[in-house]
Amino acid sequence: MADGDKTSLADRVGEVGERVRNSQAWESIFRPGSPFKKGYTDSPRNRSYVIMNNVLYHLHPVKVKRHGVRLSYTLCLGGLSFFLFILLTITGIFLMFYYRPTVPAAYADIEALSTSVAFGSLVRNMHRWGAHLMVLTVFLHMSRVFYHGAYKPPREFNWVVGVVLLLLTLLLSFTGYLLPWDQLALWAVTVGSNMAGFVPVFGDQVKFALLGGVEVTGSTLLRFYVLHVLFLPFIIVIFMAVHFWRVRKDGGISGPL
Amino acid sequence: MPDIPEHLLRRSAEARAEALGVPLEQVLAEMGLTGEGETPPATLEEVTLPVQPANPDTTIPEDLRAREAAARQAAVDEFEAKATPAPPASPVVTGAPEEPAPVVEVPAPVVEEPAAVVEKPAAAAAAAAGSKIPEALLRRSAEAKAKATGRPVEEILAEMSGGAPAEPAPVVEVPAPVVEEPAAAAAVAAPPTGEPTAPAQAPAPDGDRTTTITAPPVAAPQGTPEGVRPQRLLTVVRAKAIQQVKAEPTDKVSVWPHLLLIEFVALLGVTAFLTVLSVILQAPLLDLANFNLTPNPSKAPWYFLGLQELLSYFDPQIGGVMVPTVVGLIGVMAIPYVDRNPSTKPSDRKFAIMFFTFFLVASATVTVLGVLFRGPGFNFSYPWSDGIWFDDLKDWISFE
Repeated sequence: MADGDKTSLADRVGEVGERVRNSQAWESIFRPGSPFKKGYTDSPRNRSYVIMNNVLYHLHPVKVKRHGVRLSYTLCLGGLSFFLFILLTITGIFLMFYYRPTVPAAYADIEALSTSVAFGSLVRNMHRWGAHLMVLTVFLHMSRVFYHGAYKPPREFNWVVGVVLLLLTLLLSFTGYLLPWDQLALWAVTVGSNMAGFVPVFGDQVKFALLGGVEVTGSTLLRFYVLHVLFLPFIIVIFMAVHFWRVRKDGGISGPL
Repeated sequence: MPDIPEHLLRRSAEARAEALGVPLEQVLAEMGLTGEGETPPATLEEVTLPVQPANPDTTIPEDLRAREAAARQAAVDEFEAKATPAPPASPVVTGAPEEPAPVVEVPAPVVEEPAAVVEKPAAAAAAAAGSKIPEALLRRSAEAKAKATGRPVEEILAEMSGGAPAEPAPVVEVPAPVVEEPAAAAAVAAPPTGEPTAPAQAPAPDGDRTTTITAPPVAAPQGTPEGVRPQRLLTVVRAKAIQQVKAEPTDKVSVWPHLLLIEFVALLGVTAFLTVLSVILQAPLLDLANFNLTPNPSKAPWYFLGLQELLSYFDPQIGGVMVPTVVGLIGVMAIPYVDRNPSTKPSDRKFAIMFFTFFLVASATVTVLGVLFRGPGFNFSYPWSDGIWFDDLKDWISFE
């Protein structure tokens, strides 16, 4: 391009970008107040719109108490637990493409996933370590809430919901433990479900219902699989919805101390 | 005007002043707040200005008159903008429009200028009785009047409640021809027969904001000075919010960008951490499940290892069922209903904190014991001499 030519490549790219952002299609995608919309300015009104007009952000209120934003107050533990749940959902869906919950196939599928699927090993590792991390963050979140006295009225019931969420997290992790169908999985679940057998009066029935038999078998594998990928996520999402909703309705974040 | 707390208005004014770079006083004035923020000046002037000419010694300067006109205009405009014009014959009006008295004042927090107030005592008394003005308002009005005139409150109260005819001093009987004309005209034309006891003062001394409802001026009658629009004061009502806001205003920040930014960084951080972790550490995959080969030791997932640890001390009914369900689940769920202490300050809840910390330390201890210090046969072992007997951790720690 000649030196005297005024339209450089950068100018042209900028021009195209400008035209795209002026287009009706682009305008239609973003709701008013979106920072991606043309002419967005930082104003109190637009700050509200960013939250109110976005399906994801709208989980948040428009404003929060100043102390709640401090990292040292929550350490993001509740939010990270939720984020890890999303991360586990995404990696879990990936794993479901390569896994069959049957005794002859399960172990081989996991082996194949680790060796012959692109990023298979990485995603499986993320799923497993992420699950451990989620148990940890949920537990730490509960401890944080306790030390801040955030379970006190009007938040008592949300604490109960939170304990249910912790239990569901443990169950999700536990049911996932069996799925690789290796020695670790088999015997860890055997030990765990033996504990369920100690339930007074109904011990044997509880264990039978959990395992789909008197001991860990192929039907246990299928049972745990369905619990792990459908039933428990379904339940936990309902409880999470209630949990988050109550956080808002009970007056937002607790404190300050 | 809704009942916005004084300090909030002030904070808003400060913010606006900072944003616009103008002096605070100017913003306050624009918002209708005086420096002390007690009363909107517009309404104040509206009440006081018409009576200015009542003093015979005062000749009205031209600029004062212009200011008065402007203030009146502003007040009227504001009033009309609210689109709630008080009907001239509304029930709270103490005098019907046909009443000869040009200014009809309800005894209310606005201090009357005696010279300008033309009262037909009997009518006023009847009106006061008929319009059911709350006792508190009457009393406040009387107090204000007492402060202005320097007379005892009881005297004024008695006068207001019907004893008025006996009290001629502050109530000025304006000569008949002038009575036909509205206030300003009357004030200009009529030489006051009584001594004006006090200049017009600010409304209610206790600082409660009042809203003055005035009827829109009809037409300036003859004899009105140029630019002065006479108005009839219909009533003075207390400003009251439609919605009673109970919540205390708190210090808040916008979620966007303050909170969302932190969250975004936290999510990125955790994703990065997890990705790096997953690249470095391989998730365990042992041999194919074999029902005939029981590994020694057999361990549950780490979060159940505390339970498994308890099982090795107690009867399964206790360690495996009672502790986890009664203590671990029901007990924890019941915490908010058992702990009735409303305080969240750590210094007020030493027992609760101690109790929960004990619970945490105990769970951590049994879990760590189960993970690291249990070897073959679930007997005690030392990880540094006997190795790690927990497959999830084998890649993590090494003592070689």
